[in-house]
Amino acid sequence: MQTFGQQLINGLSLGSIYALLALGYTMVYGIIKLINFAHGDIYMLGAFWGYYSINYFHFNFILALLSAMLVCAVIGVVIEYFAYRPLRHSARITALITAIGVSFLLENGMSYLVGANARSFPQAIQVVTYHWLGLRISNVQILILGTACLLMVLLEVIIKKTKMGKAMRAVSVDPEAAQLVGINLNHTISFTFALGSAMAGAAGVLIGLYYNSIDPLMGMTPGIKAFVAAVIGGIGSVPGASVGGFIIGILETAVQAVGLSAYKDAVVYFVLIVILLVLPAGIFGKNVKEKV
Amino acid sequence: MSNSPLLEAQALVKNFGGLTAVANVSVHFDQNELIGLIGPNGAGKTTLFNLLTGETPVSSGTISFYTDHGVQPLNGKQPAQIAKIGISRTFQNIRLFKELSVLDNVRIAMTNHYHEGFLTSILRLPKYYQTEAAMTKAAQELLAIFDLTAVADLPAKSLPYGIQRRLEIVRALATKPKLLFLDEPAAGMNPEETADLTRLIRKIQREFHITIVLIEHDMSLVMNVVERLYVLEHGALLATGTPQEIQKNPAVIKAYLGGE
Amino acid sequence: MKANLKSNLAWLGVMVLGFVVIDACEFAGLINTFIENMLVTIGINVILAVGLNLIIGFAGQFSLGHAGFMAIGAYATGIMTQTMATPAGFYLSMVVGMVIAVIAAVIVGIPTLRLRGDYLAIATMGAAEIIRILINNLKITNGAAGLFNIPALASWVTVYVLMCLTTIVTVNFIHSRGGRAVMAVREDEIAAGAMGINTTRWKLAAFIFGAATAAIGGSLHAAYIQTIAPGDFNIMASIAILIIVVLGGVGSVTGTFVAALVLGALDTILQNFGTVRMIIYSLALILIMIFKPAGLLGSWEFSFKRLFNRKVKGVAEHE
Repeated sequence: MQTFGQQLINGLSLGSIYALLALGYTMVYGIIKLINFAHGDIYMLGAFWGYYSINYFHFNFILALLSAMLVCAVIGVVIEYFAYRPLRHSARITALITAIGVSFLLENGMSYLVGANARSFPQAIQVVTYHWLGLRISNVQILILGTACLLMVLLEVIIKKTKMGKAMRAVSVDPEAAQLVGINLNHTISFTFALGSAMAGAAGVLIGLYYNSIDPLMGMTPGIKAFVAAVIGGIGSVPGASVGGFIIGILETAVQAVGLSAYKDAVVYFVLIVILLVLPAGIFGKNVKEKV
Repeated sequence: MSNSPLLEAQALVKNFGGLTAVANVSVHFDQNELIGLIGPNGAGKTTLFNLLTGETPVSSGTISFYTDHGVQPLNGKQPAQIAKIGISRTFQNIRLFKELSVLDNVRIAMTNHYHEGFLTSILRLPKYYQTEAAMTKAAQELLAIFDLTAVADLPAKSLPYGIQRRLEIVRALATKPKLLFLDEPAAGMNPEETADLTRLIRKIQREFHITIVLIEHDMSLVMNVVERLYVLEHGALLATGTPQEIQKNPAVIKAYLGGE
Repeated sequence: MKANLKSNLAWLGVMVLGFVVIDACEFAGLINTFIENMLVTIGINVILAVGLNLIIGFAGQFSLGHAGFMAIGAYATGIMTQTMATPAGFYLSMVVGMVIAVIAAVIVGIPTLRLRGDYLAIATMGAAEIIRILINNLKITNGAAGLFNIPALASWVTVYVLMCLTTIVTVNFIHSRGGRAVMAVREDEIAAGAMGINTTRWKLAAFIFGAATAAIGGSLHAAYIQTIAPGDFNIMASIAILIIVVLGGVGSVTGTFVAALVLGALDTILQNFGTVRMIIYSLALILIMIFKPAGLLGSWEFSFKRLFNRKVKGVAEHE
């Protein structure tokens, strides 16, 4: 029971990172049906911004987090403007290849600029481990969970309560009809990229703090896992992305805990396939059958 | 002679969640008949087609099809299996293989009438050339009957709307059906095109000796060509009879003119 | 029939010419190991990408797991030729690899091919990763370290001949009754079903076909490069093949050849650029996609038959 609780805490911490990333995937996919392959690399940029801002500008953790979110939001908007916008009416597979190109560019560009080696993330917060009922939980874990949950709630409020959120939902259902009722498509899509990228930036800083190590290729695997999380949750669904993220986080820690860490990713993909076979549109997704 | 049965559907029901799209509908189509299926929008006409062609599984009820080898139940069969048994259709929103040529659209519908081993195809054994020639010839003959020879090599998407509708009917005929469902074949057509279509439907029935069931809103077309009509309303069968009987039926008049 | 013969002879001529040109260059010493490596890589990429194009471009099924099937072929050869270091052993291993790949494709394909679009892509990607992780943890595959010193049983000639053969077989399939059924599924699955096409069966046929050719590519890779490791067959490897397909034009076999050549040449030229190599490569990729969204050739296909017909028509009009 104790190990179970412990693994649950670890799984939730990891899962909240995946969830934050998955939110970006799910929002972008929901609105322009693009698997934004470069999303994981935005998270990497967020981590590097955190690294530099803490080390050289001596930002505190909160300031580093917020500024990383801002910087990543801007980068996300710029990428959409230059790389994806010209392809909005092309085949979706074309946009996907472009996104892969952007991902390669960010990874290799960063390797070129800062070197490919891993570096240790500055300890912006003194790690304190609390013991409670035999469980260990660090202040960093609490911070990650707390920040992630706070951001998810904030996002849900933005999407449900604000005018921009309403526009996002309208565009994701029917872009043409949304334009007819006066919604600015470009602004809405830019806003979606900004929001999603900000979440990724936050996740980058948090993971830096948690794992203590960052490198230019760090976004690749978590990016793909987070996309898997978004698909499991039902791509396009915000609560789905959060749930999917936590499922993957917990699943990975659980598989590791029973000593099968070599098969950790295989189990994740296996669960993905099984879920898709039972629920072809994910847990929260609506399975729309083509009308004849 | 036209009384030997072809298809019999008993007490068909289709529920979508809480909504009953088709409620306890029984129909029968005989050999060589030309039948109309009418009703206001949302009456369940297309859903009934979808049930009979296996596109949508029935909630309850039975469908039997009379073939040379006895009666076959159609319940639980996939559209492709039902097509092989001898039912073909067109769609309300034209569903051609848009990027492919007119000839290919027709040849694809003939897939099941020709058999070719995988090795024959990939190694181009003599049998391959024979099959290709036979399929192409059969398709060209069919296209010629319907005046489509000139456009045979064009992609289907490049054809004018009326011709696309015609091609869809030709493609359905290429499967050699005994029963053909036409879902609003005159939708979007001008009076001249509709008149052409009327002649076309008569010609098909005359030359191919098959049963045709059509959903149509254009009453001039329906009353002109069909021998018997089914009227659906709110998913239920409202009336059935000859066009003359239906035109005089008070319940039908009420359904069409509103609840006065 | 006569036109068919003429066009078949023309293609035979092209293949022989290609062979003679490369052979002459080899003989004249114009091709060093570096260039030969490039040519062989291009050839293997063509085999892989033509098969993937059949699945994506012709059957319309977005598979992102091609490297998994390639891995099966590569490991079949890597393992079997350790004890059977003869050409016969190599070809036997290739066949075994194809058979295993086909079995894997059936196991993966039957459940997942019901999924659509991106869901299928992510599921096939997951399946390929599962294959890779299994290889990574098995003893017979030597785990993460991979296999070394695989006997050199494939030369550029082997690759060239097999590239021609797989392309012929694939193109023949596309132009047959089966190929048209597969394209009907891509165009409109519901209409195809209503016309009596067993959509599940034909999707699976294309998927299996692609998997078998991927295994051939893997076998050749193992026997030519002589070293394989699980990391060679990860998601990025699948994506590299996908890039060739999309860059050339989804649904164009000619495009696949052009893209494999262009990317192979680009890769070789960029070797001299050191670290900026991948930056230039990714920028090129983004720019080509933005300015040529349908790929280099779209769905255009080179055809001798059409060329001859046009000539005949042209002459007739002049008279």
